[in-house]
Amino acid sequence: MTAVTTEQAAPAEEEVVTVEVAAPGTAIAVDEEPEARRPAEIGRRTWWGAAFAAPHSIGLALFTVVPIVASLVVSFMNWPMIGGHTWTGLENYRRLFDDPIFWVVVRNTAEYVILYVPLNLVVSLGLAAWLTPRIRHRHIFRVLFFIPTITPLVANVVVWRMLYQPDGLIDATLQSTLGEHAPNFLADDTWAMFAVVAMSVWAGFGYNMLIFSAALDAVPDSQIEAAQLDGASPWRTFWHVKFPAISPSIFFATMMTLITSFQVFTQPFLLTKGGPGTETETLVQYIYNTGFQNQQLGLASAGAWVLFVIILGITAVQFLGQKRWVHYE
Amino acid sequence: MSSGISGGGTRTTGAAPRVRRAIGYVILCLIALAFMAPLIYMVATSLKPESDTFTTPPTLWGSALRWQNYTDVFSYLPFARFILNGVLVAVVGTAINVTVAALSGYAFSRLRWRGRNVVFLLFLATLMIPQDVLVIPMYVMMQNLGWVDTVQALIIPWAFTALGAFLLRQFFLTVPQELDDAARVDGAGTVRTFLNVMVPLARPTLAVLAVFTFISYWNSFLWPLVIVNDVNARATIPLGLQAFFGQQGNEWSLVMAASVISMLPTVIILVLLQKHLVRGIVTSGLGGR
Repeated sequence: MTAVTTEQAAPAEEEVVTVEVAAPGTAIAVDEEPEARRPAEIGRRTWWGAAFAAPHSIGLALFTVVPIVASLVVSFMNWPMIGGHTWTGLENYRRLFDDPIFWVVVRNTAEYVILYVPLNLVVSLGLAAWLTPRIRHRHIFRVLFFIPTITPLVANVVVWRMLYQPDGLIDATLQSTLGEHAPNFLADDTWAMFAVVAMSVWAGFGYNMLIFSAALDAVPDSQIEAAQLDGASPWRTFWHVKFPAISPSIFFATMMTLITSFQVFTQPFLLTKGGPGTETETLVQYIYNTGFQNQQLGLASAGAWVLFVIILGITAVQFLGQKRWVHYE
Repeated sequence: MSSGISGGGTRTTGAAPRVRRAIGYVILCLIALAFMAPLIYMVATSLKPESDTFTTPPTLWGSALRWQNYTDVFSYLPFARFILNGVLVAVVGTAINVTVAALSGYAFSRLRWRGRNVVFLLFLATLMIPQDVLVIPMYVMMQNLGWVDTVQALIIPWAFTALGAFLLRQFFLTVPQELDDAARVDGAGTVRTFLNVMVPLARPTLAVLAVFTFISYWNSFLWPLVIVNDVNARATIPLGLQAFFGQQGNEWSLVMAASVISMLPTVIILVLLQKHLVRGIVTSGLGGR
């Protein structure tokens, strides 16, 4: 009774979705249960099921489904923060695509993603592979590397501002050892993005490391020993035995990291304010500025939808590509 | 994590591999130290007199250990207010989320009702929507409700995220059906079965969900930045830190002390509950940023 898979419910889709989202817990209460084994009890449970799911369903509908639909509508309107709204069709999207800053911001975001995601994955996978169960006190290492991922990002960024500042830790160290000034990382056209990426990798890789570490622990010893008996080097063992075995975890982590990295905001916002100029301004900061500095919520919604579509597109490509390298046992 | 050194580690007893392993371990410790440097520096700076914060060559300790920074923070910023707001928002938000998720997770796994699987698919679909994308429409909605710059606006919009339902459903699916049946034979109805049998069993899972929900409220920055106007009265810690950071010519040592305080609750949670957190992350992808 508990093992019903989601696929089996597919035929009944449309009608029930509308009923459920509109008024969970009311319309469905008296429906019959086709595969009922114990009819009286099932009837009672049908009512209870809808009632139990109702608070969460209503909340989710109100605060996620409604806003997402509303934002699509708003993106087709001129919607200043204060004052009236008018329907303008695709005007917001046209303005967006005509705005040179928008394209700069898209490029910056892409640059960030292209630098951040591989670095994050390499560092986290490398350390996870290193922290085998044979490493002494490895749970301490795991905890240390995990600290920045669960502490307030704002606090971590503030510290890194101090490291990157002129006369900050990095600059002062260079001055006293090499007698030379470090670049002014956050105000330098070429360094600013790298500075943002480096800070972000430091703050973010611990999460993926933990996922990989747990996945590696689950690889059966027998497989590894078999490879070793065949004379495989640790390197080959990793790529030919461990890597395929944990590829589903790597796929999951890559997806999550991609999705979140497209939404990067706090690090550049607090490190550089998007500067120098617009060198490190990202899509979410552009959306934020458009909506809350320039107070054009319609235009900002259009920007948010572009971001959403980009993320959906990347996710879809990932899913299509996974057959080539992800091995599910 | 618990397997320790049980693996076949005693195959080679020669000196060379042992030396190599020792060197590797030293390198690993150095990497960990380099990784921790910003955090160590943060703690050190938080204890320096302000005049010692930028020095060349850099020093770890200032001319005096100034514990007073940690009390000064509370007059430099309305920091007590930020902490109070942060705790209130995170605790209420977590309580709501855990409650609705326990109910819906049970409904999605142990109860049969028309449309169950479709609604569950819808729940899963909402997980695909990045929270940052929701910020603009959520703001419009708060405007319409008249909730801009209110405490409930910090809590309610994110109290119904679907992840908890997914997590609890996974858990309840593992509970043997006999337990339900036994409770029913004893004459317990659905509500009593849920409250007296299922909730106690689910306590560890509920705890994991609660911890992660708490942390995500506690750390949240973009939404408070958008929805709070009166920072002094309604900011949570990240927003408060940001708002005062850069003002009044940067009292770095105080800002660092505030940062340390803001990290303490989650670091304590991490140290105390690491096993449970790891399980939550690994089984359900909780806590991803």
